[in-house]
Amino acid sequence: MTEVIEPTATQLDVPPRGPDGHEPHGAHEDHGPTGILKWLTSTDHKVIGLSYMITSIVIFYLSGIMAMFLRLQLASPHSSLLSFSQYNSLFTMHGALMLYLFAGPFAFGGLANYIVPLQVGAPDMAFPRLNALSYWLYLTGSITMLMGFFVAGGAAQFGWVFYAPLSSATYSPGAGPDVFLMGIALTGFSAIFTGVNLCGTIFYLRAPGMTMFRMPIFTWNMLVTAILILIAFPVLTAAVVMLFCDRHFGTHIYTATGCHFVNGLPMHSCGSPLLFQNLFWFFGHPEVYILALPFFGIVTEILPVFSRRPVFGYKGMVFATMAIAALSTGVWAHHMFTTGAVLLPFFSFLSLLIAVPTGIKFFNWIGTMWHGQLSFKTPMLFSLGFLFAFLMGGVTGIMLASPPIDFFTHDTYFVVAHFHQVLFGTAVFAGFAGVYYWYPKMFGRMLRDGLGKAHFWLTFIGFWITFTPQYIVGLLGMPRRVASYPSNLGWQSYNIVSTVGAFMIASGFAVLLYNFYISWRKPIPAGDNPWDGHTLEWFTTSPPPHHNYTHLPPIRSERPTWDYNHPEHLTLPHGRGAHTNGHNGKNGKGGNGKKAEVGV
Amino acid sequence: MKVESIFLLFLGVFFTGIGIWYWFWGYEQGGTMLLVGTATLGFLPGLYYFFWHRRFHGHKYFFWGKVHAPGDRPSDRDDAEMAEGAGNIDSFPSSSIWPFVLGMGAFLTVLALVFGAWLMFLGIPLILTALTGVTAESRRGGAV
Repeated sequence: MTEVIEPTATQLDVPPRGPDGHEPHGAHEDHGPTGILKWLTSTDHKVIGLSYMITSIVIFYLSGIMAMFLRLQLASPHSSLLSFSQYNSLFTMHGALMLYLFAGPFAFGGLANYIVPLQVGAPDMAFPRLNALSYWLYLTGSITMLMGFFVAGGAAQFGWVFYAPLSSATYSPGAGPDVFLMGIALTGFSAIFTGVNLCGTIFYLRAPGMTMFRMPIFTWNMLVTAILILIAFPVLTAAVVMLFCDRHFGTHIYTATGCHFVNGLPMHSCGSPLLFQNLFWFFGHPEVYILALPFFGIVTEILPVFSRRPVFGYKGMVFATMAIAALSTGVWAHHMFTTGAVLLPFFSFLSLLIAVPTGIKFFNWIGTMWHGQLSFKTPMLFSLGFLFAFLMGGVTGIMLASPPIDFFTHDTYFVVAHFHQVLFGTAVFAGFAGVYYWYPKMFGRMLRDGLGKAHFWLTFIGFWITFTPQYIVGLLGMPRRVASYPSNLGWQSYNIVSTVGAFMIASGFAVLLYNFYISWRKPIPAGDNPWDGHTLEWFTTSPPPHHNYTHLPPIRSERPTWDYNHPEHLTLPHGRGAHTNGHNGKNGKGGNGKKAEVGV
Repeated sequence: MKVESIFLLFLGVFFTGIGIWYWFWGYEQGGTMLLVGTATLGFLPGLYYFFWHRRFHGHKYFFWGKVHAPGDRPSDRDDAEMAEGAGNIDSFPSSSIWPFVLGMGAFLTVLALVFGAWLMFLGIPLILTALTGVTAESRRGGAV
């Protein structure tokens, strides 16, 4: 069967969408205030998305500086660089800033805000003012949390998980823990509002022809992430409010104080520290995938473009994303195996099951690159770095899903290495792959590829040098969250290597700053579609105009811009035949392995 | 809206199944309630979308009157033309000061819980002003 869909002048000349019934605005035409007032009052998703990204990258650098202090402290067994309380504050704030204020907001507040409306052909997010409010709550929540360093008693010291009763007023007095909790509450509301906004945008503002199964995988992943946010963040926010009540209003929701015992058994009115752990991890494990799925989406956008092929197994990718999200909500207590109070086989089985859809994704990513014409530009290098890093983190995750191994390694550096490989692999490798990939679209100028490659190699080599020794030292028994350790156990050499690796990563990110600076001072124009991208955002100008599009191409597959620019290599809709494989055409095979049936 | 509704209903069905399995295996109340809540989060919007999908195809429900059956939305159809999306979509303000004011009000109110109730005297008026302002702005239908 042969089918060629030609873009027609009629289709292109029709102004597709006009907000408020007006004609779409011309390129770079903007309304409203300018200067600082523009950033304070704008409800444009692009301005808000950039605000999110700039704020979260500043927080990333702050948190990275804290990590350097932590690594310096551990390079020597009895270092006096930091006091124990300073060390506790720094590892608490390092984790909290990275997880609550960088990785999530960077992805679903920054990139998603900027890219999703463009990818579905929408003029803006569904609720622009709510979107702006989300950013202001995120910013003020971040400031609130950072205030901890400037109050009496210093910042919180109970770790990013703030378990009760350690986080109670008895064991963690002072204003530092309070501002930590209030910061989380504010950013929690911010995330919930963003989740609602993403769902509304994707469900209601897609362009004609942009059916659900033509949406780019990044947008699909952001939709699933938004649903996960709506499941997880209300639980976290409620848990934080109840903890605050425990601290200040005499409730005993998470403490056993005030319990009435009858025949040695607590009555129903008794508080429970384990309730906190259940609530926290019901947020915390979906949070891991809230931090992972957007970055899976970024990589799934980049690999096809730099392999000159359609994504392999589009629907498989979508269903695998759904399966990961669904399973991730049923595994919260695998973080609590050692409490002895959870259903071990249930949580272990579901945790192990997540490996299946994740494996499908890996298979499809490799399938996308298979027989492709690979171009090793910086975004591609970072995406490949993600594959290696996340694979290692995922494999050790499968090990930790087994209770006997978890009992042995719980609260050791093995776990620290595992989650850093997972989260560094996603938020850093894939996240900065996204920065290099979409920076030309956002600013209309390129980042230097040579500097980008230097950034990648320093980060990639530093990553393995930093975290591989932590697996070993964890298996040797070194516990996490300690500021000093005995000098006669052979742990120091591993810690020194890890510290050297951390500084190598830091030097990579210094190169990134220089790259931003050079791009700002000596811009290289990017053009509208410098990567020959597939999805809709590459059809508009760089940077996009107010309300995004003056016209849109016909949308007949998940690669409308590619179809428009390469009518000789159209991607056929699902169920109507095979994909073409773009330029490579090896063996006459399509993207899904079938023989291509496209008339050229 | 069919895919949207199936997507959300799948969430509800999945967590109902997981919740039943979890309850009868462990008889643990807290986790079961969390799973029931998650299932509800899938069913509520999923059934809403399913209802509208059926309405778009002319199905009648209860007291609902005459049915107009426009069919699937252009964004749900493979063969939709761009021209079908022309026209008024919704109101998209270019700028508004009220989200900033509301955010600052929330900030001060939250700080009041830590540093002293007096901050609420600044925060709550800002919140009320912003809510009033954004409502008036919406009724006018334009940006400030």
